[in-house]
Amino acid sequence: MTAEALIPVLQSTVIAATPLIYAALGELVAERAGVLNLGVEGMMLVGAVTAFAVGLGSDSHALAFVSAAVAGMAMALLFAFLTLTLQTNQVATGLALTLFGVGLSAFVGRGYAGTPLPGLKPLEIPVLGDIPVAGMLLFHYDVIVYLSLVLFVAVQCFLTRTRAGLKMRAVGEAPDVAHAIGHPVIRIRYLAVLFGGATAGIAGGYMSTAVTPMWVEGMTAGRGWIALALVVFATWKPVRVLVGAYLFGGVTVMQLYAQGFGISVPSQFLSMLPYAATIVVLVVICRDAKTILLNQPASLGRSFHPDA
Amino acid sequence: MSARLRVLELERRARPSAVMRIASPLLAAAAMLATGFVVFLLLGKDPAEAFYVFFIKPVANRYGVGELLLKATPLALCALGLAVGFRANVWNIGAEGQLTMGAIAGSGVALYLGPTEAAWVLPLMLLAGVLGGMAWAAIPAFLRTRFHTSEILVTLMLVYIAQLFLSYLVHGAWRDPAGYNFPQSRAFTEAETLPLLLEGSRVTIAAVFAVALAAASWFFSQKTFAGFRMQVAGLAPAAAAYAGFSEKRNIWLALLLSGATAGLAGISEVAGPIGQLQPTVSPGYGFAAIIVAFVGRLHPLGIILASLLMSLLYLGGESAQMQMSLPSAVTGLFQGVLLFYLLAADLFINFSLRRGPRRATDDEDDAYTPEDESETEIGGVPVSAPTLAPGKLT
Repeated sequence: MTAEALIPVLQSTVIAATPLIYAALGELVAERAGVLNLGVEGMMLVGAVTAFAVGLGSDSHALAFVSAAVAGMAMALLFAFLTLTLQTNQVATGLALTLFGVGLSAFVGRGYAGTPLPGLKPLEIPVLGDIPVAGMLLFHYDVIVYLSLVLFVAVQCFLTRTRAGLKMRAVGEAPDVAHAIGHPVIRIRYLAVLFGGATAGIAGGYMSTAVTPMWVEGMTAGRGWIALALVVFATWKPVRVLVGAYLFGGVTVMQLYAQGFGISVPSQFLSMLPYAATIVVLVVICRDAKTILLNQPASLGRSFHPDA
Repeated sequence: MSARLRVLELERRARPSAVMRIASPLLAAAAMLATGFVVFLLLGKDPAEAFYVFFIKPVANRYGVGELLLKATPLALCALGLAVGFRANVWNIGAEGQLTMGAIAGSGVALYLGPTEAAWVLPLMLLAGVLGGMAWAAIPAFLRTRFHTSEILVTLMLVYIAQLFLSYLVHGAWRDPAGYNFPQSRAFTEAETLPLLLEGSRVTIAAVFAVALAAASWFFSQKTFAGFRMQVAGLAPAAAAYAGFSEKRNIWLALLLSGATAGLAGISEVAGPIGQLQPTVSPGYGFAAIIVAFVGRLHPLGIILASLLMSLLYLGGESAQMQMSLPSAVTGLFQGVLLFYLLAADLFINFSLRRGPRRATDDEDDAYTPEDESETEIGGVPVSAPTLAPGKLT
């Protein structure tokens, strides 16, 4: 196989990885604040159907993505209200959010199935885009791909370089201490969850307007769950989310190109790869209980009562 | 507390309210109906007519009642198994995958040994179905106990893998050669399908299995030591560890039991109303069963009732689609909404509403009282003592 043949594979890898980056970075922020939101899949689906509907109606991709982010935040707000204000169990509420998102998106999207949408176009970057090979590999993506890298840098800097990030991590590690020294634990958690909702919405929107520009019921096909696994895989560090997302992107596109490269395995088995890889990766990371114990935000998944 | 709701304040109850524990699912169901009313209005339908079509018409005749029991059966079977785990904080959310594997394993017996009219084949199929579901659930049990891997993510990933495996089988090795290339297995013979329970309906004796299992599940959790150990593990993990109750055993037991019931549900579907192996053997029963388990308060009797309610939601969705051209997806919407309302209503198990703003000083609230470690229950799931109070640190 020649280098030219690899270019489309690598390009699709980046595109497949992008929704994972958004969803996983958002979930990472929420988890660093101590909130486990299992509703990523549901938020992504609602974001996907919103972006598709708005994109179709307005012909504007910008508007589509903004709406997707808002829709994801609305879902996240619901989750935050239940788990943070009403103190419901985070696991059960997250599951409910996903089940609700699956139902809601199918309900809203019923009229859109089978309608094509003009996909998001790659940016035309002068000069750089004309460099052979490297130009194709690095400078031929749509704006959302580049923004995913900006988002990564922003999250990384926020967590490690800013006062606000430090506060948020304190809330995730020891909410009672953070509360005692006067930080608004619940408010900070609300913001973290809402951020996760916005990025999950964008991730879903990217699926329905760029990866495969159409709406299909349940089209995220477990990517929200894979994003959750990625956060564990990344041991709650943004850099590793990036690496993990590209690895998973590669596994996801492998099924599309395997046949072209003469690998004759039934397509269903190739489609299993991302899910099987998720399990393998989880086993490798979790094998040593200490890895998780040392890296997982200490209060992850636990409700916080300021008064109790 | 003072920073939050000003007019109505939440106050932690000294002990969880027994009344609210029962009333909260009813409240949730009522709130879901109210939401349905609004949704129907927004869709421009007459709510009265929509309610009739959705909730009454599907069960207005004998066949309809049969359909209600038919769809409630796999929901109850899966939920009964899941509840065992949820009580012990073991989160199997992949019943859908175990159901699929149960259907595959059970069908495999029929396809390799049959077609036959011999009576022995059906028990073998059921057994294989149960074992198939158990085997699929054994994977997350092994990975959790051996490698500390989250059973939530693993069970879910295995759903996709099971469904793809099923797709592979019906498109390939197990496709009916005489089936005009449709992706489905041959139809099962009469001996390979479960006997009907009610004439003139499609309900099979699987409904009896569900009721029997509910009784068995009640006995297990209330009367056996293993059931007690699991309950303690869920309510107070530290106490369970101190008492020397093995966490690993609980995880294995919870996953194997829920895998077994989901597998039984799967084979009962293909050897029942479906009658052959198809690319899709369940419209999401395994996921809906999570809602059933919660709405049913993780209690066998509650689960039976909740499964009937969820089954009605499926039937109502179909009926509304046919009669009023409402999207059948409204079913999924109602299911999700129901669970949300339940989780919110469960707040009142542990808290009560009280009027009026509090005094300016909240000293009382900051003081640590033994109450803070009182038994807490959220979403029907007992949780361990809440996070430390600031007062406790001093």
